[in-house]
Amino acid sequence: MIPIEYYLSLSAFMFIVGVVGVLTRRNAIIVFMSIELMLNSANLTLVAFSSYLGNPIGQIFVFFVMTVAAAEAAIGLAIIISLFRNKKTVNIDEINILKW
Amino acid sequence: MSLNFILFLIFAFIAATSAVLMITRKSAIIAALFLILNFAALSGLYLTLNAQFIAVVQVIVYAGAIMVLFLFVIMLLRPSDEQSIFDDNPKLKWLATFVGVLVFAQILAIIFIGRPSDGLTPDLQRSIEVGTIEAIGRELYTTYLIPFQSAAFLLLAATIGALILAKKKLED
Repeated sequence: MIPIEYYLSLSAFMFIVGVVGVLTRRNAIIVFMSIELMLNSANLTLVAFSSYLGNPIGQIFVFFVMTVAAAEAAIGLAIIISLFRNKKTVNIDEINILKW
Repeated sequence: MSLNFILFLIFAFIAATSAVLMITRKSAIIAALFLILNFAALSGLYLTLNAQFIAVVQVIVYAGAIMVLFLFVIMLLRPSDEQSIFDDNPKLKWLATFVGVLVFAQILAIIFIGRPSDGLTPDLQRSIEVGTIEAIGRELYTTYLIPFQSAAFLLLAATIGALILAKKKLED
């Protein structure tokens, strides 16, 4: 089988891309998509280790991560919709009432 | 080079490029489409790891359900193309790239100095058995039954929460 380092490196790359996306984008929806990207890169690490160790627990954890990601996407998008209804924008620079 | 390695290279290339393209596109819809491409490539990577069940769930749940939700909201709200954070200060773009490369190099150093593959003795037959629906389903419905039920409650709570958050406020 391929050395596991390759999978871990790809996962690290996708995670960093997700972090840069969260920190540099202003559209709240794209920030959310970057978070999904980071969740997926963590999933890749879990599945890689699960497969190389011959232990199904990693893949079961990925299953639960997907459940939580689905719940998070539904709630997050509902929050974005209600923000848009009140503020008429999804630009995170203009949504700053909680900013100190 | 084995077929597995060639497939890994192809899918890894698609996943990495589409991730970078996703965070650099101005239009939210194009970004969402690149994210779907990324998820499809990840599903292929799961198949090279013999994780059939997770590969199928990845396509159904992520590329199917979650991204349709995202596209639906993007088309519902029609946000205008964003003003980039870099427009006021173009130097910031290089700083962001530099910091990203730095952290990536740090993680790579940890991975290649730690050499996790030294402690692993991968067994192809075992790895194929572990990824089947049968193996995962058996664990899920015996050892992890209570977390599985809690996940169901979490989804119910998320459904109700999303309904309440997104519904129009009724004037009293």
